[in-house]
Amino acid sequence: MVDFQSVSKRFGSSRDENQFTALDGVDLSVARGAITGIIGRSGAGKSTLIRLVNGLEKATSGRVVVDGVEVGSLSETGLRDLRRQVGMIFQHFNLLSSRTAFDNVALPLEIAGVDRNEIRAKVGPLLDLVGLGDKADRYPSELSGGQKQRIGIARALATSPKLLLSDEATSALDPETTQSILALLKQINAELGLTVLLITHEMEVVKTIASHVAVIDRGKIVEQGRTFDVFTGARHETTRSLLSASLGTQLPEWIRGSMKPQPGAGDRILVRLIFFGDTAFQPLTGRLVAELGADVNILAGSIEEIAGEPYGSLVVAYPAEPAVVERANRFYAESGLSTEVLGYVA
Amino acid sequence: MSLDMLIGLLTKSLGQTLQMVVIAGLIGSLIGLPIGIFLATSGKGELFPAPIANRILGAIVNATRSTPFIILVVAIIPFTRFVTGTSIGTYAAIVPLTIATIPFFARLVEAAIREVDKGLIEAARAMGATPMQIVFKVLLAEARPSITLAITMTLVSLIGYSAMVGAVGGGGLGDLGIRYGYQRFMPEVMLAVVVVLIVLVQIVQSAGDALARRFDKRNRKT
Repeated sequence: MVDFQSVSKRFGSSRDENQFTALDGVDLSVARGAITGIIGRSGAGKSTLIRLVNGLEKATSGRVVVDGVEVGSLSETGLRDLRRQVGMIFQHFNLLSSRTAFDNVALPLEIAGVDRNEIRAKVGPLLDLVGLGDKADRYPSELSGGQKQRIGIARALATSPKLLLSDEATSALDPETTQSILALLKQINAELGLTVLLITHEMEVVKTIASHVAVIDRGKIVEQGRTFDVFTGARHETTRSLLSASLGTQLPEWIRGSMKPQPGAGDRILVRLIFFGDTAFQPLTGRLVAELGADVNILAGSIEEIAGEPYGSLVVAYPAEPAVVERANRFYAESGLSTEVLGYVA
Repeated sequence: MSLDMLIGLLTKSLGQTLQMVVIAGLIGSLIGLPIGIFLATSGKGELFPAPIANRILGAIVNATRSTPFIILVVAIIPFTRFVTGTSIGTYAAIVPLTIATIPFFARLVEAAIREVDKGLIEAARAMGATPMQIVFKVLLAEARPSITLAITMTLVSLIGYSAMVGAVGGGGLGDLGIRYGYQRFMPEVMLAVVVVLIVLVQIVQSAGDALARRFDKRNRKT
């Protein structure tokens, strides 16, 4: 649906010392009908990336192709036509305060020159779809944040787009409201077959609804693929750090403080066990304890759901004696557990 | 002076003041509005980028605004004569009042439009709106409460300015106050003029505030 082909974007002129490279050789493909998430810290270039899709920003080099059309080659008129086929929702909703919910949803239709009767026939069902059929005459200031975003979604859908861009749409909302908005996006994706491209800095968002994910860091895509694969096999440092904050796999401070890279006599080894796929359903922790004797501590752990699949992470410590370590490693190999040695503690 | 005479004078002067304020306000706003919109949208990277025209127009607006009104009245007498055929009287006074209103109102409109959240412009662009659609459907609609207040402020200033055009025989309440109250030592006329002016300004301001509040949907409580 959307293809980025070695896309770069620089701000400022090339002679300018303050020239800033927002995107650097981005290759990315957004699958039709899927929900794709782009995650990165603030300043990583994700806002620029999503604005290239509907031409709000222009690429410095490379091609952005949306549904077979290269965005950079379009005239102003061509761009406006494209934008009418691409809906967009925003972090701060960007609803007109002077218009009621109904009139806000009607705005893109008015802009497209749709006549009054048709607008009336279209807006009602959209408000119903987002669950705000009874709020048609309310002004944005009379609505909660979640309701405003629902109006924003209805507005984005008004011109029946084939692609929906979501610019941090849940970042200004509380966790509960975030979940309800994500559920709505998921529902729309399923019912209307709409392709969704969203950017966020919240792992939670990607984990909950995105089937595909790309991790962006300093203008480069560092990892991309199916959400579950990327998250469970995270190789890049950025992905890992974004993940550890979200997946509850961050070590407690008192352990991190006393951790050593090399074992001393009588030290204990710290290992992270990762459960997913088949291993998530087996009683492996119990068997590990039985295998190594009772001297296994559990220091941190969590079980999460990523893109609908279970994912567990457990940090354990046991004596760093060669015999014990070898028995443990044999057990991991036999049971198919993926593990990571974090360090050693006294 | 008898009460009847005073009332007669006041009514006539009030009529002249209203005539000057309403006509100058109307024409000045109609010309000032597009200039204000242009000033607010023609900067670099804005809807109608024309930075040079923007700077030139801005300089003209500043020059007009920094000329003291009484000097403006005298300075543009040739222009006034060209437009109205005379340089004295109420109609002649409307010309400098209009000229002074245009840049004043344009700056207020510019400020009102710049106040509109940039996110709304981006949202409208993302919907495929043309720059003109953005001006009419987004900027003017969202700035309506502020522009209403700008009109109010312009009318109040005009009431003040109109007191000065007695210098060119424009008449009006200010002129009445100066000629009868000051030059003929009739404090009761001066007092009456001031009271009428205060009431007039109050009415205009209250009406403007009420209208702006009605247009403003930003702080509605559920």
